[in-house]
Formats: sequence, structure tokens, C-alpha cells
Amino acid sequence: MEEENQAMKLYSHPMSSCSRRVRLALYLKGLKYECINITGVGDPELLKVNPMGYVPALVDGTTVVSDSYAILLYLEEKYPQHALLPQDIIKKSINYQAASIVSSSIQPLQNTTLVHYIGELVSPDEKLPWAQNHIRKGFVALEKLLANHAGKYATGDEIYLADLYLTFQLDNAINRFKLDMTEFPLLLKLYKVYCQTPSIQQIFAESSQQQIDKSLFNFTKPQEA
Amino acid sequence: MGFVPTLLDGDMVLAESSAIILYLDDKYPQHPLLPHDLKKRAINYQAANIISSTIQPTLRIPILAYIRDNIGPDERITWVHKHIGKGFAALEILVKDHAGKYATGDDICLVDVLLAPQIIGTLERYNFDISNYPLLSRLSESYKQVPAIRNALPENQPDFPKELKGIILIRIY
Repeated sequence: MEEENQAMKLYSHPMSSCSRRVRLALYLKGLKYECINITGVGDPELLKVNPMGYVPALVDGTTVVSDSYAILLYLEEKYPQHALLPQDIIKKSINYQAASIVSSSIQPLQNTTLVHYIGELVSPDEKLPWAQNHIRKGFVALEKLLANHAGKYATGDEIYLADLYLTFQLDNAINRFKLDMTEFPLLLKLYKVYCQTPSIQQIFAESSQQQIDKSLFNFTKPQEA
Repeated sequence: MGFVPTLLDGDMVLAESSAIILYLDDKYPQHPLLPHDLKKRAINYQAANIISSTIQPTLRIPILAYIRDNIGPDERITWVHKHIGKGFAALEILVKDHAGKYATGDDICLVDVLLAPQIIGTLERYNFDISNYPLLSRLSESYKQVPAIRNALPENQPDFPKELKGIILIRIY
């Protein structure tokens, strides 16, 4: 039993796109870990590990890293198998840029906590337009950015950092926020490829197997009176 | 996205400050912005991302305009203080075991490159008092002594209008 202490621990939530990025990276790199599902806000065990109180957070021996961007770059540097960044500096930088568009301009503004907060401050009817607006702005940028770089995947024919970000942001946009994807043919094509990719299917399947209260993530049914 | 900054370097056109900084660190290795130690690198990535993905996106002008127009002008201060406060509280805890003269040691690293502009020349727009954050307050005093940080201030840029010097721009109170 005590031998298992050497395995990494990942504090995660099944519906968190940030957590899913990391789970996909761990899967691609063949890394074993214990998945600790955090389902409540302000979980004290999580706060000890991540002072922001967000998932994901990774414990790897004596190293504790939170924030998916930091975790992914840490994993890439420590476990170089199945590289998440291309060697070519231009393609590598495009991966950083695409990841940053998602992590700085889209995800923080459509995350559940903030969207519900906007609902309280403005109106419950504003939640969906707010989220769709910010996702759309980011997708306009991504559609243009990747036009000259995409192959089978976002920046070539291998899954890289950008794909880890896009897969789950697209999933949120299409399934959670019902964004009209007509103006994003490249992103939609990429999403269809992601859905056919076994490693990504594995992560989607793991999430759907979890018992969670999905009503927090439903922004499209009418509010009860 | 239509945002600054955007870097043009030969054939390379790159946006998003974190992508630009990592590109520059890759291509121009003088004065590396990341330590060799993996743990310290991870702390830098994490702290930098607290700023670029948790604090800064909520302070953008279009967001504050939305708050002003849909809730009220006074709500902007509450909103800003909430988001900066949460991020700064996390940073205080995150870097406290790593800080030296600067956030993660005695050299300016990635997190300092993001933190300094978040503090110097910015917080006064929001009437935000950093003295509640002792470590960040100390770092702020260190940053003010660094010529490169002073040179990067808006009022020291060649295109900054002279008549605006000394005025707190984009003030929300």
C-alpha cells in the first residue's frame, strides 16, 4: 500500500476543461496517477495544495504544481516522452499563443463560477450570452491563427499543447454553451477529429462515468420560476 | 483578438504576452527568465499564470465597461478588488518559501516580468492598497529600483503624450 505513495496525485474535477487537459497529457505520456475528484467549492484539502482553490493541482513527490498551464509545462520538462511541444520555434510559439488565447481570454471568462456570478450581478438570462460572447471572440482569433498551421491537428499532424486546450474548450463551447460554430469551420473540423481520437475519447469517457451534479453546468434550459 | 502586445520578429508574428515571453526566452537566451531548477520553474509558470489567466483577464477595459454599463460604475471597484485580492492572496502564499530579492530568488524571472507591471503604474488606477500583502509590498519596493522595470513604465515610452504625465489614466474611481 505504501509503495503507491510514489505515484502522482491529481486533484481534478470531471467537468473541468483545465483538469481534462492535464489528464490527457498524463495519458499521452503514459504517466500513472491517483485522481482525486474535488466536487465542492473551497475544499480544504485542495486549498492546502492550491491557494487559489482551483483544480487541477498536481502533487509529484515533493513538487506541488497548480494551474494547468504550469502543470503541462512542468510535465513536458520532466517527462519528455510524447512531446507536447514541437521542436520548431515558430510552431512551438503558435502552440503557446493558442494555449494562451484559451487560458487567458476564453476559459477564465466562461468558467462556471464567473458565469454564475455574472448571473447574480446582472441577470440569469445574461449568463449564456456572456459566455458565448467571450468564447466567440477567442474562437475568431484561433480560427485565423491556426489557418496557416493546422494539419490533422491544430499545428500539424501530431497532438500538441494547443490541441489539449482546444479539445475541451470546443467541447464546452459546443455542448455546454451551444455556440453556433458556422463561422469556425477549421475549429469544427478539429473538434470532429478530436472526437475520433482514441486518447481523447478515453478522457471524455472517464468524465462521463463520474457521478456529479450536472445542473451547475446547464446554461441553456429555462430557469425555474 | 485585436489586443496588444503583438511581436514582429522577422517572419514571426506572435501575440499573447505569455507566448511572446516564452518565445523570447527560447530564442534569445541572454538573461534567462526561467531558473534551471524544475520546481522553481514550475512556481514561475504557476505564479505567472495566476496573473495572466486569473487577475488580468478580469481587468480588461471591455470587461470593466460591461460592468459599468450593466451593473453600475461603482461596481467596477468591487469587481476589481475582488479579483486582484484573490490573486494576490494566492501569490503571497505561493512564493513565500521561494522569494529572495525578487519573487522566486535573487534574479528577475518570469513571474517578476508579469508581476511588476501588474503592480507598478497599475494599482493606482483601482485605488488598490498593496500594503495588505506584505511580501508583494516588499517586492514592489524592489521592482521600483530596477531600471528595466522603470523603463517599461507607460510614461517612459517614446509615444506617451507629455501632457498626460502624472495623470492616473483609466482610473475607475
